Amino acid sequence: MTPASVVIVGAGAGGAQAAASLRQGGFEGSISLVHGEPGLPYQRPPLSKAYLLGRLEARKLLLRQEHWYAKQRVDLVLDRAVAIDRAGHQVHLAGGPSLSYDHLILATGSRNRELPVPGAHLDGVIGMRTRADADELAGRIREGVEVVVAGAGFIGLEFAAVAAAHGAAVHVLELADRPMARAVSEPTAQFIRRAHEEWGVRFDFGQALTAIDGEGRVTGVETGDGRRLPADLVVYGIGVVPDTVLAEEAGLAIENGIRVDDRLLTSDPDISAIGDAASFPSAHTGGRVRLESVQNAVDQARHVAARLMGTSIGYDALPWFWSDQGDLKIQIAGLAEVTDSAVEVAVPEPRATCVLRYRGDRLVAVETVNRPGDHVLARRILAGTGGPSPEEASAPSFDLTRWHEAYGLAPTG
Amino acid sequence: MNVTFTLQDRTSRTVEAEPGWKLMEVAVDNAIPGIDGDCGGEAACATCHVYVASEWRDATGERTDLEQAMLASTFGVRENSRLSCQIETSEELDGLSVEVVGS
Repeated sequence: MTPASVVIVGAGAGGAQAAASLRQGGFEGSISLVHGEPGLPYQRPPLSKAYLLGRLEARKLLLRQEHWYAKQRVDLVLDRAVAIDRAGHQVHLAGGPSLSYDHLILATGSRNRELPVPGAHLDGVIGMRTRADADELAGRIREGVEVVVAGAGFIGLEFAAVAAAHGAAVHVLELADRPMARAVSEPTAQFIRRAHEEWGVRFDFGQALTAIDGEGRVTGVETGDGRRLPADLVVYGIGVVPDTVLAEEAGLAIENGIRVDDRLLTSDPDISAIGDAASFPSAHTGGRVRLESVQNAVDQARHVAARLMGTSIGYDALPWFWSDQGDLKIQIAGLAEVTDSAVEVAVPEPRATCVLRYRGDRLVAVETVNRPGDHVLARRILAGTGGPSPEEASAPSFDLTRWHEAYGLAPTG
Repeated sequence: MNVTFTLQDRTSRTVEAEPGWKLMEVAVDNAIPGIDGDCGGEAACATCHVYVASEWRDATGERTDLEQAMLASTFGVRENSRLSCQIETSEELDGLSVEVVGS
């Protein structure tokens, strides 16, 4: 039965999309969207890219312009949710009166994993999560500034590329033996590393940041092998933790995030969870996963909205990811695990690459740099049935477009 | 300026837009179904695909290189296909008419 009132906690990409999709699907009930940060809900991906470069004005960072909320009858509640009363179907807020719900969507997102080292509280040690973080960083990146980046994941490398472009001296410390080790294969990782090195970024792999020095403000960092690096600014991107506090205190099942089933329902049938905070059974890996991406947040939002309107089956959207670093557009279609093999495809452009990931003989993901056409095609192939075999992809003349023209099946969506 | 979107169900919606925005942003802010703009306008996702009415093709300009590459592999692409995140609204485009393709 379609609920009469929906409360959405968290106004990131997923929360805002849930509200939008409910209205597009014809939902006539009330929608409250709880946003715990100052100002209107905004997009996070540009924070470490165009916004930080100063190429995106603040109003264009917004997920929706102000008039949208009134026109779509979405009650934007600028407050912080502090508790869920499941029996009473209410969300309690820090400031205002409680909100009643028939259905609750938790889109609480994730928080930065904090640096577990002495000195992490010093001025000049900044994680990249919110618009306030980006604004603070933008004011501090200048030519000649010594920047240490802890963590060579998406956020760390996007920031490193921007800082290097501003003329900062950038030093990246990473525990793994290569950048983006969780997200991409060895060949793609090395391609990205070389590009950063050309921009002047220095890397130390297999290296922990063990302490941050300074009195009041940061002056340097210490590394696992006993060196001291000067630093005016330390930016960390060492992963995130799902924001499960509300769900946990309300007694919902937790398993590396808020546990949901294949319909994205929590252990309470009147509560759904989506986005960074939700762990769900993946139709693509067969296991339970928790993904940190815009695609995951907005596709799950659409799915929950459709389900509430009575028009949906199990969630099975193909995951995809992207990252802009300098002149590199990195795109990943599908979901590979560290143990999946990699077949590098020869491409004509020097500043591009295409790597196919296989689990056994099955194509599970495609990583591309500056090959957007391959990425779109890969999404279609991975969402359909069957891709090129590892043997086909290993042929020197292999090309994804030509393969698709010759053997690709018609897309289903 | 005004923009008319022809939706997938063949109905039309005309909305007002300020110059200087991406057409995709105008669509999202006006809740035009079928234009999602998941990547925020980076030509990275192809969820804002439109067909530009023939009389507006010159005024909306050429596809960017990135857009061209994305569209080359996008389902349902035609000669007048554009990613609406790569069209910027301006007074010269007052009256622009596009058809939503959907993704």
